[in-house]
Amino acid sequence: MKVPLKWLKDYVDIDIPVDELARKLTLAGLEVSDIQVIGGSWDKVIVGRILAVNPHPDADRLRLATVDLGSRQLTVVCGAPNLVVDDKIAFALVGARLIDGHTGKVEELKPAKIRGVVSEGMICAEKELGISDNYEGILVLPQEYEIGRPLSDYLGETILDIDVTPNRADCLSVMGIAREVAAITGHPFRMPDLAYEEGSKGVESYASVQIKDPELCPRYCASIIDGITIKPSPQWMQDRLAACGARPINNIVDVTNYVMLEFGQPLHAFDYREIRGQKIIVRRAADGEIMYTLDEVERKLSSDILLIADAEKAVAVAGIMGGLSSEVRDSTTMILLESANFSQAAIHRGSQQLKLGSEASARFERGLNPELAMMAVKRATQLMVQLGGGKAARGIIDAYPGKKERKPIPVSEAEVKRILGMDVNEDNIKKCLESLGLHCKKGGKGIVLVDVPWWRTDINIPVDLVEEVARATGYENIPVSMLSSPLPTGESIPAVAFRRNLQDIMVGCGFQEIITYPLTSLEVLGRLSSISGVQDPEPLKMANAMSRELEYLRTSLRAGILNALARNQRNRENSIRLFEIARVFLPRPKDLPVENEILCGLVDSVVPDIYWQHKSSPVDFYFVKGIVETILTRIGIKAEYLPGNDVTLNPAKCADVTADSVKIGVIGEVHPAVLRYFDIAEPAFLFELDVDRLIKLSSKPLVYKPVSKYPGITRDIAVLLDAGVDYQKIADIVKSFNLVSDLQLFDLYAGEQVPDGKKSIAFRVIYQAADRTLKDEEVDKVQKRILERLSKELGASLRS
Amino acid sequence: MTDQVEEVSVQANAELQKITSIEELESWRVSYLGRKSKLISILRSLGNVPIDERRELGARANQVKSSLEELYQAHKEKIELSKHESLELDKIDCSLPGQPYQLGRLHLTTRTIREICDIFAGMGFKVVEGPEVEWEYYNFEALNMPAEHPARDGFATLWVDYEAPGGGRPMLMRTHTSPVQIRTMEKEKPPIRVVAPGRVYRYEATDATHEWMFSQVEGLAVDRNITMADLKGTLFEFARRLFGQDRKCRFRCDYFPFVEPGVEVAIDCFMCGGKGCRLCSNSGWIEILGAGMVHPEVLRGCNIDPDEYSGFAFGMGVERIPILRYGIDDIRLFYGNDLRFLKQF
Repeated sequence: MKVPLKWLKDYVDIDIPVDELARKLTLAGLEVSDIQVIGGSWDKVIVGRILAVNPHPDADRLRLATVDLGSRQLTVVCGAPNLVVDDKIAFALVGARLIDGHTGKVEELKPAKIRGVVSEGMICAEKELGISDNYEGILVLPQEYEIGRPLSDYLGETILDIDVTPNRADCLSVMGIAREVAAITGHPFRMPDLAYEEGSKGVESYASVQIKDPELCPRYCASIIDGITIKPSPQWMQDRLAACGARPINNIVDVTNYVMLEFGQPLHAFDYREIRGQKIIVRRAADGEIMYTLDEVERKLSSDILLIADAEKAVAVAGIMGGLSSEVRDSTTMILLESANFSQAAIHRGSQQLKLGSEASARFERGLNPELAMMAVKRATQLMVQLGGGKAARGIIDAYPGKKERKPIPVSEAEVKRILGMDVNEDNIKKCLESLGLHCKKGGKGIVLVDVPWWRTDINIPVDLVEEVARATGYENIPVSMLSSPLPTGESIPAVAFRRNLQDIMVGCGFQEIITYPLTSLEVLGRLSSISGVQDPEPLKMANAMSRELEYLRTSLRAGILNALARNQRNRENSIRLFEIARVFLPRPKDLPVENEILCGLVDSVVPDIYWQHKSSPVDFYFVKGIVETILTRIGIKAEYLPGNDVTLNPAKCADVTADSVKIGVIGEVHPAVLRYFDIAEPAFLFELDVDRLIKLSSKPLVYKPVSKYPGITRDIAVLLDAGVDYQKIADIVKSFNLVSDLQLFDLYAGEQVPDGKKSIAFRVIYQAADRTLKDEEVDKVQKRILERLSKELGASLRS
Repeated sequence: MTDQVEEVSVQANAELQKITSIEELESWRVSYLGRKSKLISILRSLGNVPIDERRELGARANQVKSSLEELYQAHKEKIELSKHESLELDKIDCSLPGQPYQLGRLHLTTRTIREICDIFAGMGFKVVEGPEVEWEYYNFEALNMPAEHPARDGFATLWVDYEAPGGGRPMLMRTHTSPVQIRTMEKEKPPIRVVAPGRVYRYEATDATHEWMFSQVEGLAVDRNITMADLKGTLFEFARRLFGQDRKCRFRCDYFPFVEPGVEVAIDCFMCGGKGCRLCSNSGWIEILGAGMVHPEVLRGCNIDPDEYSGFAFGMGVERIPILRYGIDDIRLFYGNDLRFLKQF
């Protein structure tokens, strides 16, 4: 809401600097987001009158203007085409700070010699004064401006731009702001005079109003003004409208806008002669009913939309926009002026359906009090009579089926203390609320009964009054204390600490965390599988998607992380290791989706970091498996790795990670086709772990295992066996022996010196007992049994 | 025999002077002090020596033995010291680059959320979470924003294409973390103190200052006798812990439908110290969060009696904090996942 300061001063005296006023309004909840000053630098610009205009002796396009400035006369050179003797003009003296018409920069005016003639001062155009962009001719001032007076006495304005919160419909008006200023400054609020001269014929003889749905239209006021002349409204009104961002149109339309800005009540002026049957009917539109609105658009209506109709047809969409047929035209001489109250819901639905919003609908949607309608119609009628030269019919039509009595609201000392933590006694509560224009009486026992004035639609329950007490006291004066209530029992949900641990492990493994959008396209999802390994059923779709690329809720993190990898490869990053822990959304019938938390990691193997000492080790399936093993070991989960089947991954190089026979994740090389689609260089390796399942599995309490005090014995073994035997089978056998404390694979070889179809595997076995130092002979015996089992069960032979 | 002892002493001394390596020294030790050496044989055979010679010979032989042992130790140290002198010859170029270690990092948002939650954890708040896809009820109605409430216009909502069995389209991407307040109050009885971090979504065209996905941390405390003074104390302490002990805080009136009274909390601008600069749009103050006393209707809706219990709630944007701290000029960098950006933090 833009509020010109001079307009504000019509209703309340302001004697504090504007910065201070803005600060106080902001603290009171009306945030002043901008202060615009027009004419702030006009200290050397005064009103003058053109006495004579003579040709320049040395230039065809320039003329010499002699100007009366009251105390003296000056002759200056001027190039403007609209120099007229006796016109009042704005004259800038030497030293004035003006905007250069060509460069737009602020410059100080200096004496100049223009084609041999000395010019000490300048007649200003609007642009030079910062009023508008007009630079065609000089600004001509109204004749009533006094010669020699500073221009800022008449023109120039300070405009406060105030962000009004949705609860304060009353503050979408200059008067509403003025009431707040009055409360802040302690100065009285002045209501404008609403009286006007009425004609002899009663308004009822011109029209009647019928409200079909009082729920949607609690009140409808109307007046009739006859014999008006449509013309531009006076300059002062045009200036104020312009300052508030409204475009001046003609005297009648301008009055409706002016009073809306002044009172906050939207109004509409109909051309009375276009109203058929002398009747106004407020009703819901019939489904499919058609009308043309002011903006010359054909609107197809539905029963959700509230209409103003005459005896035959719709003449306006209630509270949103007038109809074309009854629009005020240059030929209009008789006005039916509407000032009505429509329900928030009716206007909100209508404006959403028609995708049409206006200053009027914005005010109705926030909720106005029906009391406002009568005051506004009187004020607007008064101004129309004054500016349009017409006669108003006697009285006002007032259909008011929705009148509600407001009961006094109690607020007690105890309640103020309980909510604000501050002692405010009965008298001070009363004082605070009365400063805001609320009528209070003492109700005994520390209770104040408050009659809330009509404009404060936001005050309905006692705590609303507590807020008013806080506002009037100043939020800065509320004391400061720490919570003293008992500490609640219980801990943070396990996911928080668990996720934090996972993130820290990933960071320790050299991975960069990323966060990606949860929305993607169906096409991208269709090219990927999720952790389940198969393409999921239809993902959830947005009803009002922002774009095709952000239309479906992800069922896997893969798209986001692959895109991030592609993006960073394009930026020539090396050795990229990314991870994300986030939710995927799995649809459920008739319920919110399951939000399943997943850890996804992705590494590329493009140009490993070069280093002068040695080459970095290659990234492959086993690199990523090592990361997964590290994570699972760290959180105490024993996992198995079985050949996987996942359409996003290379079928030869992927594994399912399982624990307690439940799949908890996957590892694999990303399928080349997928990499090509995302424009990623081959190869890249991915893993996923289901965080929710990990939490369940790792919830077993950790138990300490004593460390053996006795030294272990290390033996290396190399065996030859069929190439198709999985390492896991060897490990299972070796580890099944009690004295084996660890097993480390250190060589795997097939090729020369190894028969076809065979492979050589070398590993180190560490033997250790908890209660004694092992003897060589004891270990030899166990090792012999290990080799026997490897030979019998896997066909392994010892390699010498 | 005495002559032999003297001979050994002279010979051993002479030979030791020529020795430069540990290996030579070791064979010297074996020759002169070893089990089979002459000196030790003499000492061992003292029993066979006539009693009158025995004392003198024994004393002398032992004297020579300990003298040789001392010489051995001293010479050993000398050799070892001389060996360290040669270390100098193998000098490295300490300006060569060190072996790179690939460092992982948390996302800036994660780091900031941790920082915020840790501060509140220190004040007895536990961390809870809620769904990102929500029912309209939790996102709006239960927060005192029934259908057609004007404040809903401030939450441009992404709706899920889901038709409820009873009609209507009640599923949405949550527009704020405030629904977690409701879910918490439905599950738990006072005293309640929770913070709820998470992602939120808006239907929004993106530019340098607008992003359709961002993060919030919500806070809620409900019990008997919780006041706005407690809210002030809690949030001022938070602001000081996050932005520094010297920060000044400001409470001003603001409006959110689910609290009454509502406040906006600002800190004095850390760039200009409150004088006014570009960062604070010349106001001297930087808004950091919205808060207020939980609205009685919200408590009642969760079966908590507003006449017995009161509480406060607050909510803050997470990205805003690093934006202010590090002067980040484009919010889209957060989820663009460009490593050149992420690696800076």
